[in-house]
Amino acid sequence: MTASVLPGARPTVGGSWDMAVRAFRWWLVNYRRTWRGTAFSSVLNPVLYLGAMGVGLGSLVDKHGTASLGGISYLAFLAPGLMAAAAMQTAVGESAYPVFTAVKWQHTYQAAASTPLRPADIYHGHLLFTTMRLAMNAAVFLGIMAAFGAVSSPWALAAVPVAVLTGLAFAVPIDGFAVTRKKNGQSFDLIFRFGMIPLFLFSGTFFPVTQLPAWIRPLAYITPLWHGVALCRSLSLGTADLAGAIGHLAYLTGLVLIALLLGQRAYRWRLYV
Amino acid sequence: MPDPEILIKASGLTKRFGEFTAVDGIDFELRRGEAFGFLGPNGAGKSSTMRMIGCVSPPSGGELRILGMDPVRQGPAIRARLGVVPQEDALDVELSVRENLLIYGRYFGLPRSVIAERTARLLDFVQLTDRAGSQVEPLSGGMKRRLTIARSLINEPEILLLDEPTTGLDPQARHVVWDRLFRLKQQGVTLVLTTHYMDEAEQLCDRLVVMDSGKIAAEGSPRELIETYSTPEVLELRFDIAEHDQAAEKVADAPSERIEVLADRILLYVPDGDAALAAVRGLGLEPLTSLVRRSTLEDVFLRLTGRRLEDG
Repeated sequence: MTASVLPGARPTVGGSWDMAVRAFRWWLVNYRRTWRGTAFSSVLNPVLYLGAMGVGLGSLVDKHGTASLGGISYLAFLAPGLMAAAAMQTAVGESAYPVFTAVKWQHTYQAAASTPLRPADIYHGHLLFTTMRLAMNAAVFLGIMAAFGAVSSPWALAAVPVAVLTGLAFAVPIDGFAVTRKKNGQSFDLIFRFGMIPLFLFSGTFFPVTQLPAWIRPLAYITPLWHGVALCRSLSLGTADLAGAIGHLAYLTGLVLIALLLGQRAYRWRLYV
Repeated sequence: MPDPEILIKASGLTKRFGEFTAVDGIDFELRRGEAFGFLGPNGAGKSSTMRMIGCVSPPSGGELRILGMDPVRQGPAIRARLGVVPQEDALDVELSVRENLLIYGRYFGLPRSVIAERTARLLDFVQLTDRAGSQVEPLSGGMKRRLTIARSLINEPEILLLDEPTTGLDPQARHVVWDRLFRLKQQGVTLVLTTHYMDEAEQLCDRLVVMDSGKIAAEGSPRELIETYSTPEVLELRFDIAEHDQAAEKVADAPSERIEVLADRILLYVPDGDAALAAVRGLGLEPLTSLVRRSTLEDVFLRLTGRRLEDG
């Protein structure tokens, strides 16, 4: 090949952000082909859940009085919790199999690793994409919540980034875990069955954690989902207080940062053999 | 002051995986513009060496300098100047041919306009212009391999690494790939390739090392290796299976530099194959079939290791 004399024709090694964006583009290009399906489910899921549980089941709950919920309608109680729980589901869906497929079956990651991209850049690129997906879904969820009349405060807008952070508290570790899997995706089924579903049911989404036996409550308090649910709910209801909000945010952020350090090591371990 | 014409220098290069030593202290140099090969059976340590050169596998010991840089600390800067054709193509099969080059070029930080211009040129070079908009999935193995080669050239690399470039391709597709690689070589691209096909090594490599069990058994041009480790001609004899062992003993009486007794054939390494065949017949032996051929790298490998390349 004759050397090209076009400006900017030489490969470059950029900073961490620039390199992560390069890796992010791969997910974006692929998402262009699949976005319709995900757009459909990100609208349908909230409509079904809010309709059946919030409105349907909620009308029964409301008849018996909602003092234990703080005197609000069940729909208003449930909706922000579901928003956080939906973020968890989006995060797990985007992190487990897509990452495993990229590293194990399609070798997309290995192809990227033979370019200037470092393992951490490839990891960060996928996390950028997951962040985008979480933000999209959380924004749609909030819109549907509002349409159901389940939003009580303008602070609910702040629930969108909180839901994203909640999702990242799952995506960051699961992404790092998925990249280390070498045989098959069976361990993901365990995560879904014994991790995600119990969390979904018992982290305060459907009923206050105070309804749980006292000995099991601390277990709920250490899960990231409980923090996400509690903060989204207090924002949506307009009952958030600063100290509580900082506590939840600090817990979730700390979790994300620790998982990020471990995930970077996991990517390096897998891609630099 | 290091010689700028030496693009890769390895000394005592070692790669261990736990207890297993995949690459066992090898030395080699790659010079600008040459086509350099690692020939050896599966498991000889070729791919491990290639991955260390590709800066995706930190060496366990020894020295490795690539383009004057340290592959562990300066991996991204080195990889920016390498082209890599991996054993498994690792293409984005659900994307189009053109999109594959675009996304890969973007990894290198190249602007879209530059990628578009190079894509047209590269697809023409690998004869895939009419497939530019097609999805990759249904393409044949040979086309996919050619696309992988085009992709590896998007950053106009100074060194092109090819790991088993024609493994798994049918003979016709192999020849097309060889032809393209030969053209690249003529254009002055520095090639490093691994192969367990002796004909591939003979066709493409200016210089090669024969690897076995993680070590370099010999080094030189294909011609030098054949001259050093083999005879000009080889007489291949095939006997009835019942007579094979007996014939192998008797044939030893015919003049030859060396005899290799394989499971199905007996090879006589001789200066003149026809004369050797006459001598064998003079001993009262009549082979079912006989073949006189020139020595190849396969014979070199057999001589050096006692095994055949394809035995692995």
